[in-house]
Amino acid sequence: MVVYDKPHALLDVPLHYCPGCLHGVVHKLVAEVIDELGIEGKTIGIAPVGCSVMAYDYFACDMIEAAHGRAPAVATGVKRADPSKVVFTYQGDGDLASIGMAETVHAAARNENITVIFINNAIYGMTGGQMAPTSLVGQVTQTSPYGRDPKLCGYPIRVCELLSELEGPEYLERVTVNSIQHIRAAKKAIKKAFQNQIDGKGFSLIEVVSSCPTNWGMTPQNALKWIEEKMLPYYPLGVYKDRSNGEVK
Amino acid sequence: MSDKVLMKGNEAIAEAAIKAGCRHYFGYPITPQTEVAAYMAKRMPKIGGTFLQAESEIAAINMVYGVASAGLRVMTSSSSPGISLKGEGISYLAGADLPALVVNVQRGGPGLGGIQPSQSDYFQSTRGGGHGDYHMIVLAPSSVQEMAEMTVKAFELADKYRMTAMVLADGTMGQMMEPVDLNFEVTPPPEKPWATTGTEMKRKHNIVNSLSLVPEELEKLNFARFERYEQVKKNETMWEEYMMDDAEIAIAAFGIAARVSKNAVNEARKRGIKAGLIRPITLWPFPDAPFKKAATHVKQFISVELNMGQMIEDVRLASECKVPVTLCNRVGGMIPSPEQVLDAIVKASK
Amino acid sequence: MAKFIGKLTFRTDNCKGCGLCVDVCPMKVLCLASDKINKRGHHPVEAAYPEKCIGCGSCAIMCPDFIITVEKEEI
Repeated sequence: MVVYDKPHALLDVPLHYCPGCLHGVVHKLVAEVIDELGIEGKTIGIAPVGCSVMAYDYFACDMIEAAHGRAPAVATGVKRADPSKVVFTYQGDGDLASIGMAETVHAAARNENITVIFINNAIYGMTGGQMAPTSLVGQVTQTSPYGRDPKLCGYPIRVCELLSELEGPEYLERVTVNSIQHIRAAKKAIKKAFQNQIDGKGFSLIEVVSSCPTNWGMTPQNALKWIEEKMLPYYPLGVYKDRSNGEVK
Repeated sequence: MSDKVLMKGNEAIAEAAIKAGCRHYFGYPITPQTEVAAYMAKRMPKIGGTFLQAESEIAAINMVYGVASAGLRVMTSSSSPGISLKGEGISYLAGADLPALVVNVQRGGPGLGGIQPSQSDYFQSTRGGGHGDYHMIVLAPSSVQEMAEMTVKAFELADKYRMTAMVLADGTMGQMMEPVDLNFEVTPPPEKPWATTGTEMKRKHNIVNSLSLVPEELEKLNFARFERYEQVKKNETMWEEYMMDDAEIAIAAFGIAARVSKNAVNEARKRGIKAGLIRPITLWPFPDAPFKKAATHVKQFISVELNMGQMIEDVRLASECKVPVTLCNRVGGMIPSPEQVLDAIVKASK
Repeated sequence: MAKFIGKLTFRTDNCKGCGLCVDVCPMKVLCLASDKINKRGHHPVEAAYPEKCIGCGSCAIMCPDFIITVEKEEI
């Protein structure tokens, strides 16, 4: 019996991500959820600008490439055009929390019935490793070469916490994918985020604390450790809003 | 009993859009076009459509991008500074070959400018507005009836050629009230097999995209797009000629400037001056033909505009600089008076 | 208690040699083949001790490039 195979909702093409980049893991989880919910035929995904800009070549469902940060607005259009479709965005930290912050906050405030997958790896990967709104204090990047100094550029933004203050969103959870146990939990969260949309409950965002071995200057293995030791203390895992079940962190 | 309704220009655009089958409107309040949004806010929910006041002009144009990807007629409206914000989104619409309507009810600029009418976004509209090689079909109404007709036409052309269309009005057109006949024959939208409507597991996935990292492919895409633009130029260029057959002084004007200029032309004719008017209705594609023809018999063109001289460049290009072209203009929200235009005609005739 | 033997197949040419699967395998079945280079220029994953595989699927779950297909049968 087959224990694990590539999900149908991911096309059988090689991914362009760096060795050990966790984008592929999250792509698989999203695709597995789409398969399990049987929604590939009515799903439309919105790709961001960032390393995952070419996600439109990887997912088997209809895909739209959005301008940087605008995916939640594009998703709003697609969802309003036909609310029976399942619409998800897949965005990085620059896309969602920097240039796209207004679109993110307002889609959440409107409780737009979409699913947002937010990959937080505290760096701008595609453009070569610049500081992100989620880069940690002291983190060395191309545009914070002496380490992020709060006096110069403030503090990292915790997106789940920020959005949890809004009345609008239905579900906000932060997960990670740096171990088998965490991957299983992340998949559960992603499935819930899609199920919420199918049930008409509204805006669900899953923040996936992820890695960038290349621009963090680490091996993929050490990057998983960095997530555990440095990222998770600042970005704690957990459910930050679950309106239907009254849960809040 | 007349079928005509007394309507404000901005509202005529909104109602005409609904007649054309548009059921999705995204916008943001900005003077002097907020009535479009307000009208849609009332009408859309009653007909099962979407009205959404977006968080910004940028969000609105991206919501338009989403509905357009899904294959439906969709629009946004704004005024000059808001159109600047939409520039990126308009470029993306062009790069993804998506049909949509963008309405610009122009105000004085640059920057925050003023809230009174202008025509100072001519360059922005006809040269694309956003980055990259592309065009929008730009329609310039000069009556409330045309505000409505051009809106319907814009949707039809946008769908026919898979590109964005703009109705370029100004604050006067937006605010004035005139009787409108809304009984339009609307060409329904064509099939859109490229739209992202879900594969239903029956076809390969569709991708709506403007990214193309292989230069040879991006070049091919650009050339193919411009071949479509050639078809638009050939088939859809529109203009009006008034008293041009024997004209010696020709006014070039669009929108509100054309209405003012018509009065001046009539007055000039009364005084024995052979004046005429060429009124471009499509600003892109610009009607080269009437200017080329007129250049064989006029002494001078006068471009009457509410800007510092924008369409005048296209008049010079179209007439191949064969005769002098002068500018008669007001800016900042001021509108040329018939007397001012008449003075210019009289001066040119001497 | 049922015992399983796992069977692994690899999309060897797409493997980027990141090694995350090697670390995550509880039975230490996998290694990156130091004597082989695939079409992408990496040392691809291979089963050093395939007989130890219990078909848990951890390697495939961890792999960002869906290189590994895991099957299992009862023995």
